[in-house]
Amino acid sequence: MGIRTLVAMLVTALVVIGALATQESYKVFMPGLLQGAVLTIEIAILGSLLAIVMGVLAALARMYGPAPLRWLATVYVEIFRGTSALVQLFWLFFVLPQFGVTLNAFLVAVLALGLNVGAYGSEVVRGAIQSVARGQWEASTALNMSRPQMLRRIILPQAFVAMIPPWGNLFIELLKSTALVSLITLSDLAFKAQQMNQNTFKTIPIFTLVLLMYLAMSLVVTIGMRLLERRASLGLARGKAA
Amino acid sequence: MTEQPMVRFDNVSKRYGSLTVLDGLNLDIARGEKVSIIGPSGSGKTTVLRMLMTLETINDGVIWVEGEPLTHMQRNGKLVPADLAHIRKIRAKIGMVFQSFNLFPHMTAMQNCIEAPITVLGMKRADAEARAAELLDMVGLSEKKDHYPSQLSGGQQQRVAIARACAMRPKIMLFDEVTSALDPELVGEVLEVIRKLGREHDLTMLMVTHQMGFAKEFSDRVCFFHAGKICEQGPPNELFGAPKNERTRQFLHAVLEAG
Repeated sequence: MGIRTLVAMLVTALVVIGALATQESYKVFMPGLLQGAVLTIEIAILGSLLAIVMGVLAALARMYGPAPLRWLATVYVEIFRGTSALVQLFWLFFVLPQFGVTLNAFLVAVLALGLNVGAYGSEVVRGAIQSVARGQWEASTALNMSRPQMLRRIILPQAFVAMIPPWGNLFIELLKSTALVSLITLSDLAFKAQQMNQNTFKTIPIFTLVLLMYLAMSLVVTIGMRLLERRASLGLARGKAA
Repeated sequence: MTEQPMVRFDNVSKRYGSLTVLDGLNLDIARGEKVSIIGPSGSGKTTVLRMLMTLETINDGVIWVEGEPLTHMQRNGKLVPADLAHIRKIRAKIGMVFQSFNLFPHMTAMQNCIEAPITVLGMKRADAEARAAELLDMVGLSEKKDHYPSQLSGGQQQRVAIARACAMRPKIMLFDEVTSALDPELVGEVLEVIRKLGREHDLTMLMVTHQMGFAKEFSDRVCFFHAGKICEQGPPNELFGAPKNERTRQFLHAVLEAG
């Protein structure tokens, strides 16, 4: 799908939200839902940043680190990929305090989701690095570059382009997973919706608005990633058509 | 006292599992010497270059560069396998041009040529650019310096790759079938650059090639490889003109017939 179509969808979603919000039966829910949406966005952004950092670190550690680091990274990836995000949230929030480590709910949310998605992300990073042609490594070796120089200057810039679409999927996955944080006392968008629904039973307006809000947020992610992809592949694709 | 050879393969073997690719190779190459390696595919000729460039490890023997071990280092009077720092120190003397060019696709011709001089040698950008401009001029591509590899023909890409390798000022240049991936009409321009390089620089050159005419005209010595060994070697006139070995004769006959 082209970026134009995506932008049209986003504009439509926002217009529909705006139009619904003018109606009395919808209007009352807007302040609460927007409040929840802000928390959802905060967790999603911070979680995504943590996921990127963890994904890159874990991938590099597994591929090039010394044995203990490689082992540590593998354990991390397998644990966070092999158990559900919900269990990870509960464990960090309810079990860790039993061992004397109490973290606030917001921090737990960012940590759990960031670590979870970072584990998947490390596989994305690894795959993208391995997709760079072997000749690129060999040419860098022939120019006597060090391993870090090769990675930084030659391999990662090329791998970066291949990473963007799968990372886009992961960010959207993370955005949707934020709904789980309502189970550890956080008032995110999903929690606000549940709460209002229980108080008012106005299911249709509440969940219609929530659906549109999640859709708008994920469209923003998709469009952002498309633009990034277009920019990043500029150098690689330049002149291909000529 | 005779001069140290620029490169010495001392009883070097390379195996992949049970397959022996090179079997006890002994080969000395003098400073400034131009040596061509010919032979059927699978005879181990490309492996010779790849081992010297440290793209492949070796199983036996020692490779020496200017009297210093490349694959090993001296410790307490004994030779032990080299660490990366030692390899990088010696490897700085060697450059390589590949069959498939391997230019960095996200960089222009100029950027390809200044990348390693800046990051590896620590040159100032202005100095690196001046040197790269000279080299691009030498390979006849001054006007293409801001082009990306995808905007260049195969022959042009290979000429940039030669300039890029030269920018590191190696003493030894390796050419691995550098014209094999090119359309026939582009082969000449690349060979012309190599010829020029041989004339203008006191480079030691080692090339694997299928261009028999070029090997004959350009090299001081030709080595014919067969089944992981040097089967026959000598000045091009002798090896091409009066091969002594039956396998050499068969190979040359088959190749010249096809050409």
